[in-house]
Amino acid sequence: MRLYLKFLSMHVKSQMQYKVSFFLTLLGEFSASFAALLGVWFMFLRFHEVEGFTFQQILVCLGTILMSSSLAECFGRSFDRFPQMISNGQFDRILVRPRNEILLVLWSEVDFSRFGRLIQAVIVLSYALFTCGIGWTWLKVVTLLLMIGGGTVVFFCLLLVYAGISFFTIEGLEFMNILTHGGREFGRYPYAIYGDRVLKFLTFVVPLALVQYYPLLYLLDLETSFMYMLSPLGGVLFAPPAYGFWRFGLRRYTSTGS
Amino acid sequence: MKEYLALFRVRFITSLQYRAAALAGIATQFAWGFMELLAFSAFYKVNPGAFPMEFRQVVTYIWIQQAFLAMFMVWFYENEIFAAIQSGAIAYELVRPVDLYNRWFSSSVANRLAKAVLRSMPILIVAFLVPPPLRMSLPPSGGQFALFFLSTFLALGVVVSFNMLVYISTFYTLSPVGARIIAAMLADFLAGSIIPLPFFPAGFRYVAELLPFAAMQNMPLRIYSGHISGTAALYGIGFQIVWLITLVGLGKFLMKHALRRVVVQGG
Repeated sequence: MRLYLKFLSMHVKSQMQYKVSFFLTLLGEFSASFAALLGVWFMFLRFHEVEGFTFQQILVCLGTILMSSSLAECFGRSFDRFPQMISNGQFDRILVRPRNEILLVLWSEVDFSRFGRLIQAVIVLSYALFTCGIGWTWLKVVTLLLMIGGGTVVFFCLLLVYAGISFFTIEGLEFMNILTHGGREFGRYPYAIYGDRVLKFLTFVVPLALVQYYPLLYLLDLETSFMYMLSPLGGVLFAPPAYGFWRFGLRRYTSTGS
Repeated sequence: MKEYLALFRVRFITSLQYRAAALAGIATQFAWGFMELLAFSAFYKVNPGAFPMEFRQVVTYIWIQQAFLAMFMVWFYENEIFAAIQSGAIAYELVRPVDLYNRWFSSSVANRLAKAVLRSMPILIVAFLVPPPLRMSLPPSGGQFALFFLSTFLALGVVVSFNMLVYISTFYTLSPVGARIIAAMLADFLAGSIIPLPFFPAGFRYVAELLPFAAMQNMPLRIYSGHISGTAALYGIGFQIVWLITLVGLGKFLMKHALRRVVVQGG
């Protein structure tokens, strides 16, 4: 852990060397998700609600997903770049070091420009949480934290799986983007609006709905069962198989040569 | 002209080599379009009357957008060009006896075309086969299709000429990644990449339809579905031609100016 903090401060220092460039990238990230936000706003100016959810309620959804995905992408950035790490042999250098390889991969890069999105998520969430008319209780605060925490874990695991696949394919698999980027982009609306089949898929196969739709229902008093409140914990169950897949890939891994 | 065609062919053939990547791309784009449409249909269920286009028209809009993504999206930058400017490799380009603007322009067009040709067919075929509410439909008439065809190429030209402005700005500012992302996001949003322009609130829409970005994907996608037809479509194509000439003219002027004072980085 101490080592990680050291790596972290190294990354902060190195990214701060180019301040203007860093802040522009931050702004770029901000604008990227801002366009999506603007799209949602325009749609609601016209329709006012979707599947019974109001604009402010949708913003709760958008905010939590944006926050958890940007946290996951900030610290899991190196998994996103993992295919390159394999093809240029950087990963082989990591394997010979006497630490857990996942941790070393993680430490190799941290992308603080994702904070551009994180800041936006904080703004959106603080606006939404005060205006959407939730009757706050301690349990609901816990639910919200679980949503964000669970979401971060699920997005992180998706990146891990993405990296794991490249053990077999060497190249990144573009199709995973529909889960990582798509999960984030389409997570701006509750996953239920995409219909039953999509919701089932996102509940049982890739548990994104467990950290978004179900706890949202609890927050909005549409469901009162504890099952709904605790469902983000179910999302965490995605971690062991994702890790298992990574281990499986690692065992099969035979470098790419030089 | 011949040398540009040759360049065009080389780029085209190179891009066709990455077939596996294309296959994964096709699946992604298809799933993406599908989700996009499911979201629109959820809004449609709330209030069909508030829909500024027919649902059928939104369906073709999204499918064609996904099929020809590589032609319509500003954010497909050629990283090689940025790299050439920043690393100084531009010096080699400058000694060649071809006009740099035309060279970059044609290689960008070729790249985008190759990507789109490879990916569009499978997506469109599946889009014509999915069950009805989300099924792609044919354009209302042959004439309309011809206009769509013409408009698509003009849109491609406008997109690339806008890209060229971003590349050229690198001469002046060595523009960092962030600025490029912002330019692309703004352009794509105003071109109707996230929601079609008719969904914009009235005031926004009025302004957006005058900007060069409306000459990008907005025009061909709405012409195909018949949302813009007849004289309005002809007017739209005129609008695209005007912006294309303006952007290319501006680009060439700035390029000339930039090259006169270019400082090649590094030794």
